[in-house]
Amino acid sequence: MMKIAKEHLPRLFAALAKQIDLLLPAQQAEVVNFAPFCPDAEIDLTTLKTANTPKHFFLPQVEDLYTAAVNAGQISISAADTPIKPFAIFGVRACDAAALDVLDSVYLSDPIDQFYQTRRQAGCIITLACEKPTASCFCTAFGINPTEPCGDITTWLTDDVLYWQPNTEKGDKITELVADLLQLTDESPAQDISENICLPLDKFNPDNLLALFNAPNWQDLSVACIACGACTFVCPTCQCYDITDFDTGTSITRYRCWDSCLYSDFTQMAHGNPRTTQAERFRQRFMHKLVYHPANNDQYGCVGCGRCVAACPAGLNIVKVIKKLEVAGNV
Amino acid sequence: MLEIMKQRAKELLESGRVVRVLGWQRGDFPNLREPVFFTTAKQLDNLEYDRFCAANLSKYLIGTDVPTLAFLKPCDTYSLNQLVKERQINRQMTYIIGIGCEGSAKLTDMEENGTLERCLVCTKTVHAAFDELIGEDAAPREKNDRFAGVGEIEAMEIAARYTFWQDHLARCIRCNACRNICPVCHCKKCVFDNTKYDTAQRANASAFEEQMFHIIRAYHVAGRCTDCGECNRACPQAIPLHLLNRKLISDINHMFGEYQAGTDTETPGPLTNFDIEMDKEVGL
Ligand code: SF4
Ligand code: SF4
Ligand code: SF4
Ligand code: SF4
Repeated sequence: MMKIAKEHLPRLFAALAKQIDLLLPAQQAEVVNFAPFCPDAEIDLTTLKTANTPKHFFLPQVEDLYTAAVNAGQISISAADTPIKPFAIFGVRACDAAALDVLDSVYLSDPIDQFYQTRRQAGCIITLACEKPTASCFCTAFGINPTEPCGDITTWLTDDVLYWQPNTEKGDKITELVADLLQLTDESPAQDISENICLPLDKFNPDNLLALFNAPNWQDLSVACIACGACTFVCPTCQCYDITDFDTGTSITRYRCWDSCLYSDFTQMAHGNPRTTQAERFRQRFMHKLVYHPANNDQYGCVGCGRCVAACPAGLNIVKVIKKLEVAGNV
Repeated sequence: MLEIMKQRAKELLESGRVVRVLGWQRGDFPNLREPVFFTTAKQLDNLEYDRFCAANLSKYLIGTDVPTLAFLKPCDTYSLNQLVKERQINRQMTYIIGIGCEGSAKLTDMEENGTLERCLVCTKTVHAAFDELIGEDAAPREKNDRFAGVGEIEAMEIAARYTFWQDHLARCIRCNACRNICPVCHCKKCVFDNTKYDTAQRANASAFEEQMFHIIRAYHVAGRCTDCGECNRACPQAIPLHLLNRKLISDINHMFGEYQAGTDTETPGPLTNFDIEMDKEVGL
């Protein structure tokens, strides 16, 4: 374990930023977002929920895949080669760090997504332990300990000290860059295990797949959904994208961008759309996070960050679904 | 007041005057209220009304084809009128109970954080449509300078104005909450969802697209936006969308005379009314 006095944090950040692209939670209007270090940014290490999640840096909203052109009868295809420089994100919370595991299980399993992999290899995650959950937090329901976040480096902030613990090789390398500012210590940060939230997750057992799929109250649960997709775009684990072509006039750029299962054309195919009602689209979001993803990956697809709770203009959320969903034939 | 609301809703439901009731109920977090259709008297025990019931329920009345009772706050009734005018709501199918309002709470990460901006500068404190009223119209607000923010931006140098907007719009994640919550954004197929054209986007690829979405939306609701403030409430990135809408409202006021969308269901709206006879009169 290492430590640095809280008052020296600006020096730590400045020293890191000299050697690597550093992203920090900073106040932007009324929200906090991860933003590139700059000396006069209003760094905010108390707000737990950034509006944008770290996902933006690994799975950007829009990403070019390749460009195809026809020149003198010859077709040429060139892969997009956006250069990715090494970077570090400081202040990632336990839920958001766990969310990267969810994304890894999809994007780093065969076939590996090279775009994601490149960014993941370039990025170092420096987490920051939470002291007190907010009204919308329920990470503990998914077995995440907010006081012991994972990541390449874990940090804990007290009134006057930042404790710093590298966990991986990547974390060690970053630590070396600022070793002269950190002191070794035997102390360890006090960790209050915050209250554990319990949700009735037992029923979301893959064996119940059909009974949950056919639950009698999906319609009731989704009636207020206005299909905006805000819940998916603020979610650190939502992972779906759409691939589209853009006609540049002289070539075609094929790119991908985030998509949402709550949208009416999400599953649009040549023959039509298998999900014709909002209740079916709504069901997909929760079945994916609570049943399909766990069945395939042995982990829930939700980390309980609560962002969708705060973002839904219609007051809907995954907690309500977990509590109220009735298993078909078992009501 | 809540008890009277429950009682009236039960009476209207039991008498068969309406078959469902649109209101709010408590969600699974202390400050969360969710719009809901009640269909039985028993369910109505869960009806809730307090300063956390910010959602404007008018949008849920679009296309209603069964007699529906809806509880509307004063400002929500302007959206109702506008939608009736645009033939999106069949007023015959609705029974509106206007309810008093003292302003709705602003939530930050589910904690109460003062009052919504729209409520602080509210000018629509008197119900514009109702079948009956429960509670008083809201008291006029002391602070009534809803165009102050617009004035501040108009006073900026053009470059500063551009930076102001670009800084805000750069945060837009195109979650579409502003569009979908908007009562008057009711196109069956939004131009931004139409995959047949290059306008279809899920996300903004460039500053140009960030601006385009918002400028098109602002112009498309111009003359129809009631300044209900829902887009602002819904934006997870705290983008001051009300300033865009109010700029257009203030321009309309200057060009066509004071106009408040949704005041009634007949007055032709500026920018949205097409009248051949009038065109002939002015020689077009
Ligand atoms: S579903 Fe909601 S609570 Fe779960 S990870 Fe996504 S945004 Fe967070
Ligand atoms: S944020 Fe709420 S209203 Fe919007 S799509 Fe998600 S569940 Fe539906
Ligand atoms: S609600 Fe906000 S973030 Fe979402 S699309 Fe509208 S302006 Fe962008
Ligand atoms: S204030 Fe926003 S949500 Fe309300 S009518 Fe105007 S544009 Fe639509």
